[in-house]
Parts: sequence; structure tokens; C-alpha cells
Amino acid sequence: MSDGLTRSPRETAAPILKVDALSLSFGGLRALSGVSFEVQDGSITALIGPNGAGKTSMFNAISGFYRPSAGRILFDGEDISRERPPARAKRGLARTFQNIALFRGMTVLDNIKLGRHAHLKTNIFDALFYRGRAHREEMELRQEVEERIIDFLEIQHIRHAPVGALPYGLQKRVELARALAMRPRILMLDEPVAGMNREETEDMARFILDVKEEWGITILMVEHDMGMVMDISDHVVVLNFGQVIAQGRPSDVQSDPAVISAYLGSGDLAERIRKTEAA
Amino acid sequence: MRIGTFKLSYAADEALFDTRVQWVWLALLAASLVLFPFVAGPYWIYMACLVAINVASATGLNILTGYTGLVSLGQAAFMGVGAYTVAVLETRVGTPFFINLLVAGGMTAAVGVVFGIPSLRVKGLYLAIATIAASMILHFLFAHWDLTGGTRGLSMPPASLFGIALDQPHKLYWLVIPVTALMVLGAANLFRTRVGRAFIAIRDRDISAEVLGIPLLQTKLMSFALSSFYAGVAGGMWAYFFRVVTPESFPLINSIFYLAAIIVGGMGTILGGILGATFMTLVPEVLKLVVGWLTPWIPDALSLLAPIRTIVFGALIVGFLIFEPQGLAEIWQRIRRFFHLWPFKT
Repeated sequence: MSDGLTRSPRETAAPILKVDALSLSFGGLRALSGVSFEVQDGSITALIGPNGAGKTSMFNAISGFYRPSAGRILFDGEDISRERPPARAKRGLARTFQNIALFRGMTVLDNIKLGRHAHLKTNIFDALFYRGRAHREEMELRQEVEERIIDFLEIQHIRHAPVGALPYGLQKRVELARALAMRPRILMLDEPVAGMNREETEDMARFILDVKEEWGITILMVEHDMGMVMDISDHVVVLNFGQVIAQGRPSDVQSDPAVISAYLGSGDLAERIRKTEAA
Repeated sequence: MRIGTFKLSYAADEALFDTRVQWVWLALLAASLVLFPFVAGPYWIYMACLVAINVASATGLNILTGYTGLVSLGQAAFMGVGAYTVAVLETRVGTPFFINLLVAGGMTAAVGVVFGIPSLRVKGLYLAIATIAASMILHFLFAHWDLTGGTRGLSMPPASLFGIALDQPHKLYWLVIPVTALMVLGAANLFRTRVGRAFIAIRDRDISAEVLGIPLLQTKLMSFALSSFYAGVAGGMWAYFFRVVTPESFPLINSIFYLAAIIVGGMGTILGGILGATFMTLVPEVLKLVVGWLTPWIPDALSLLAPIRTIVFGALIVGFLIFEPQGLAEIWQRIRRFFHLWPFKT
């Protein structure tokens, strides 16, 4: 079995993903205008901002659903802004969706296995006969999924359950599992803890940190839970009305006046965080 | 009750038939299929061949519509392509039947890919209309091309195996049943691998399929090709079975028949294709029997057969859509579950 899932976190801080003066418009509506930021290899970068700031548009542009009207997206120094989503997946770009995009008719196991699609080589002729390569690949895949992903995310008990029947928190975890099966270099999480209670949020935060530290995967996430963002992020990028209004370490961003006014009109973001924590 | 089914290896857990009981049932089924032609009358052997041909075609449509979520009303026309390919090869070239069947499958797959191209842009009802257009075009070709013999169609000699002419259903049975069994097994295998999973992914949520690295157009066309290959081979067997191929042999209503078969059987399950095609092929025969019994009381019952058949077909489709949308396969699963838990939970 190959050991490609674990990569030691790199010490050198090079940007694995670079968004360069990216603009995106739908007709007359400018969703993003001249957004630039970098995601350092081995970091957790959070993209935050009020509703409608363009966070999900940014995600969709990075994963290839929207074609930017100007600007570039560089992955490992190469321009990927013209590539289709499957090509970006092959490069090691994985993502989850805000409103869970699992395959509801399939079991948890099959959903996770789908993550490896682009790395497998079985063709239709192998598949029909299930001999040779098809059988070998499936067995290796099953072992890897079981021993590295299912064990890691603690979802052994639901492996054969149809995804549609699972509670929300577990579905989020299965989606993370599917993304991990892609052996990504960068994992994009769109609101990983939205709608979760305190305990589920803490579980998810722990998984995200483990993914970064044990698997060496860089993380870019959109999240509204400020407590969690400030706790686990290395770098925070704040968007408002399609523009970057601040970026830096969590503590810097919290006290940035532009961020505070974007969120509250006026007042203190730290105060707001304390309130959310207490609630 | 089902006990002691714990697995010791991943291979055992991934197996198509994972318990000894299943293997026993499978062996019984195989044995009865082998013995069938020796005990059944010619009429039932004839029916068995027809059922097998329909199972092969319905399984193909199930790959496309049930598993990949692309509704097609072109299956009958695709069978026509296969049937004509076999008829032309048999009459003009005279190659052995297994080559003819493979070429028929390949030819139909190519045709299917061409007519599958709209599937990138259109889905659901719109794709269904596009495939109706495909079948109109194919029918026009069948009726007006010299090679296909125009409206008179083509007659062909029987298939022959080691010099024996397979001209009777009880001989052709040995061709049709194994080929269909292989095709069904192939389809079952397909959905244990990445190719089959990609099909289902496109059906369930094409956006996340793309993010996982599944190219949509290529995979949809692959599904069209495979489904049409099944239709082509089924059409080829159909040609050997009836030995006359005309443009009227594969009307649009037959495409609806196959769609109905997978709805009744259960879309997106291998068992569904088998049960549905079997059930829908046998329903008219059962009706014929029932109408036959009624003749003493209703003298012109036989003339009512055609309208009754249409009504029963329609009622079956509507009934299954409303009361059993997962089809016969789901009913079978429920029966299995009952016996797995019996007598502790009833």
C-alpha cells in the first residue's frame, strides 16, 4: 500500500495557492473585485466576512465552477484559472460544500471511495469482468479507506449506512472523509461547522487540526463561527462586498477597525466573540 | 434467520454474493436454467428466450437511466441498430454469430455515443425528447436505406454453432441464456468499481462529481456507449431469434416498455432490471391466459386483449410509481430482511 496520504507538514512557508487580483461578475453584479490573497503551504487559512461578501463565490472560482472575468488563480505556481473542475481535482484540490453535496443514494463507504476516483485506473473493460486491476485496486482502496479514513474520523459504525439517513453532523464528517480520500494537497471547507452544536463543533475543529498536523494538508475554510476561526486559523482573510478589507493573524484581524465596522457597523469584534463564547 | 455472517477480509465484504446461502440459491438457479429446456414445452422455452433478451436490454437501459440518471427513450431503436447489424453481417458477410453480436454491440455503442452528446446540455424530460428524436432518425434510416432492405426489411439464416443451425428456440436458448447471464454479471461487477460509482455520482449530484475529478461529458458518453452496447447485443439476439428484421420491429412503444420494465423492477438495481423485464414480458402472457379462460362467458374476449393489455401496462406503471417507487427489487429486499430477522422480529 502506498503511503501518499501522510505528508509531513512543510517547514518552508511557500504559497500553495495564490489568488491574484481576481474579479468575478454576474452580468452587472460584481461578486468579487480585485481579490488577492495567499494560502501558505501547511497552514489553516480562514476566509470570513458578512453574508454576501463573496466567500462562496471565491470558493466556486477556486474550484472551477465560475470563470473569473479578470485575475489569476495559481496552484503551486501554475495558473489553473482556465481549468475544468476535474483537472483541478487531479492536481490535489478538494472541497466540501456549504449545504452538503453527498451522493444520497449511496452508502458511506461508496461515497468515500468516490473521492479516490481520479487516482484509480480501472477502465470499463476491467470493470465488467472485475478481474486483475479492478479487483486489486478495489481491495487496496477498501483497505486504505477503512484503515486511514474511516478509523481516523471515527465513522466505523455507519460505513454501510445510506448517507441520506444520517444526521447532519455525521453527513458533514462523511463529506470530509470523501474529500480526504482525494489525497488533496489543499482542502477547502465551506462552513464545516455551520449548524452544529458546541460538542460537534469541537469534534470538527479537532479533526481539522489533525488533518493539518498529521496529514500535512493545507486548509482553506469559510466559516461564520468566529470562536472556531480565531482558535484554529493561522491566517485570516476578511472579505466584504467582494473586496479584501483585512488579512493577517487572527489577533490582528480582530482588532482591525475595518473588520469591526464591516461586522457590526461599529463596536468591538472581540466583545462580540466573547458574547458568542459565553452563549 | 441470518447469523454468522461476519467477514474476515475486505474481499469477503466486497463480494457480489457474500453468504453461503446465496451461493446455494445461485447454484439452484443455474441448475434450473440448465434443466429448463429438457422439461419445459416449446412455448415456455420460447418465452424464456424472449425474457432473456428483454432482461439484457433492460439491464442496459438500467445502466443509463437507473444508474446514471439519463432518461432514454431510444433503447428500442438502439436494439434495431444491433439487429440490423447482425442481419447485414449474417446475410452479406457470413461471419460467426459471436463476432456478429460483438460487432452489433460495438456499432450500437458508437451510435449511442453520437446520440448521447446532447446529454451534456439537457437532462430529464428534455433528454427523453432528444432520444425520441434519435429513434425517429434511426427509424427513417431503417426504412429508407438500401442496406437495411427498406420497409420490407431483412430475412436472415439462423445462427450456427459447430455446424448446428440454432433455428429453434430450444437450441437458441443455449446462446441467449449464457450471453444474457454474462451481460448481467458484467453490469453487477461494474457497480463495484470506480466506473459504476462515477455513473451513480452523476445521477445523485453532478456538481460534486465534477469536484471529485469525474469528467461529466466523458462519463455520460461512456454510460450511453455501454447501455447501447447492451441494447445492440440484445437486438442482435432478437434478430437471431425472429430472423426477420423490419423497421416495424422496434417501435417507440418498445422503448417505453423497457423504461416501464426498469421502473416496475426497480431503477438503479441489477435485480430490478431482471425482475422488471421478466415481469413485464410475462404479464401479456398471463393476460392471454386469463382472457382465454373468460372466452366461454365473454365470446369476443380475445378482441379485447389489446386494449386490456395497454390498460394493465399503464396501471402497473402508475401503481408502482405511487405505491412502490423502488420497484419489485425493493419488495424482494423486504422479504429477505423479514427472513433475516425472523423469528425475533416480525
